[in-house]
Amino acid sequence: MTLFMNIAVDGIAYGMILFMISVGLSVTMGLMRVVNLAHGGFALLGGTFAHWFTQELGLPFWPAVLLAIMATIAIALPLERVIYRRIYGFGDLQQVLATIGLTFLMIASVNYWQGSSLLSIPLPENLKQSVDLGFRTLPVHRLVVITVGLAAILGLWLLLERTLFGIRLRAAVDNRGTASALGIDTDWIFMAAFGLGAGLAALGGILGAEILPIDAYYPVRYMVLFLIVVAVGGMGSIAGSFIAALGLGTLETATRYLVPDYATIVFFTFVIVLLAVRPQGLLGKAHT
Amino acid sequence: MNRIITAALVAAISVAASSAVFADTIKVGVIAPFSGPFAIYGKQYREAIETYVAQNGTAAGEHEIEFIYKDVGGPNPDNSRALAQELLIREQVDYLAGFTFTPNALAVAPLIEQSQTPTVIFNAATSSINKESGYFLRTSYTLWQVSAPLAEWAYDQGMRTVAITVSDYGPGIDAENAFKAAFEAKGGEVVDAIRMPLSTTDFTPFIQRVRDADPDAVFTFLPGGPPTFTYTKTYNENGLAQAGIKFLGTAETEEVNLQGLGDDAIGLTTAYHYSGAHDSDMNRDFKAKLTELFPDAVANWASVGAYDGTHLIYQMVAAAGSDGPAAVESALGLEWESPRGTVKMDSDTRTVIQNVYIREVERDSTTGELVNREKGVIATVGDLGWTQ
Repeated sequence: MTLFMNIAVDGIAYGMILFMISVGLSVTMGLMRVVNLAHGGFALLGGTFAHWFTQELGLPFWPAVLLAIMATIAIALPLERVIYRRIYGFGDLQQVLATIGLTFLMIASVNYWQGSSLLSIPLPENLKQSVDLGFRTLPVHRLVVITVGLAAILGLWLLLERTLFGIRLRAAVDNRGTASALGIDTDWIFMAAFGLGAGLAALGGILGAEILPIDAYYPVRYMVLFLIVVAVGGMGSIAGSFIAALGLGTLETATRYLVPDYATIVFFTFVIVLLAVRPQGLLGKAHT
Repeated sequence: MNRIITAALVAAISVAASSAVFADTIKVGVIAPFSGPFAIYGKQYREAIETYVAQNGTAAGEHEIEFIYKDVGGPNPDNSRALAQELLIREQVDYLAGFTFTPNALAVAPLIEQSQTPTVIFNAATSSINKESGYFLRTSYTLWQVSAPLAEWAYDQGMRTVAITVSDYGPGIDAENAFKAAFEAKGGEVVDAIRMPLSTTDFTPFIQRVRDADPDAVFTFLPGGPPTFTYTKTYNENGLAQAGIKFLGTAETEEVNLQGLGDDAIGLTTAYHYSGAHDSDMNRDFKAKLTELFPDAVANWASVGAYDGTHLIYQMVAAAGSDGPAAVESALGLEWESPRGTVKMDSDTRTVIQNVYIREVERDSTTGELVNREKGVIATVGDLGWTQ
């Protein structure tokens, strides 16, 4: 029973971190249909800024997190304007090549600026403590990540389904020409959505840093992980990403408890079987 | 006329001969990662070599020494072999050095065997490498060399039960075998041995399993960087330290990433052959020169392996010049003072015999930095994995 509870608690905590780091990718790659392999790069930039603000400029944790997200968005918006705008029109392979090139640029910049060792983001004291769950303890920051993750999915759902911006974004993605003819400023919509995706990547990078620590090679190290969550969840489905992240997190945690030597094999076998049965992912729809 | 020609010839030959004695240059090819995720090792090797050169000049005996650096990019045996070939044939190097990863070192064994080139390994720590060629000499350590004494020390401290968690790859398995063999030989019990997937950075399930088993200590081996960071964090957050389960490791608290680990590292116990905080004039001089030349540099196992490797090359060049077999012969049994203490090149295993220190992470009161404070010397040990 304790083992079962352990798996449930750790699985949800880990799954929520997976969700936080891949939800931004779900926005840019799924909704906007751009194969954005530079997603991890934005998470890296967010984490690096957070490290710089807290460690070198001495800011407190939460203001540093906010500033880091803003700084990442401030880099993402001009990038969208200058580079991504051209990438939208490319074919899949060219998008992959272009965005992976961007990733390497980001890696090299961070490497040059901060070096290739670990970039720690120290947590404030109240996040470092552990809560006693009765049968075991759990660090407070994991509870914070779970809360922020739930807030993120709720906020995104409201934004995409219940606001004018959401309606316009969906219209612009489905048929840019028609949306534009109807007077929707699609350039602005795309830029805002891209900024949102980058901001979420930064937030995920920072909050997830306790489990996926930030260093210059972060985007390459965890690229497969982000892509798996989005692929299993289904392209463009925020809810799908959420379910996939929790499911995969729990699965991986369970295998680590029960059969640690085979954890990786079991995990990837499951992903392969699932994608063979449902190539569009759990909640994905076929492209029209 | 004849006499003049003879005289000229004699003069020419003597000039050539004397220049051969005084101005010949011995080339050393250094193969290491200078780009990619492991570029830090190449950088540290180079900094340490240049520090040694700055302290000792470019002359060894009657020879000049020149270093040629080649970037192998990462764990890439094919590239390592190709670079060694290029260095040996095109650049005509007389010595090879570097090598961070075991497969990269193994890949050059047939080449150096054929060309009789002394090859100094600065890191690659698998015992079996040196069996592949008599021209391999190693100035780092092997996993058996540090893990087995740690197990014996732990037993002597009263620890009777240990859980082992290692990353599931060559060095991790070496460390597990070494610790297990030594600990059980003493009469201790290994209650759980978990091999963790190499790519994992969420260690909560493994740590929780260890906690449930409630041993006296947990021995671990992890690759540096992100895995070490999350492991030590999880170890603290899940209350293993409070529960009295002692952390035992080897390279986990190495100096380059130590500050990044933060307060969570305080109290971690490791057994290792070098600490940046080693208390000796030799180490202070080495670190002073290193940071004078490279203000950002941090001295750790990679720098000291390269520094001692450079010293060894200087000794071999002074003794034997470009004669490979004679150079190796001259190196065997050689003893010298290193920033880590006295070391000796073992004649059988060609890995240095050295002290292994028990260290505990502390915050230095003067600098405010985290350091590996040496708490004791376990033993002067050779490569214990050689006969395994």
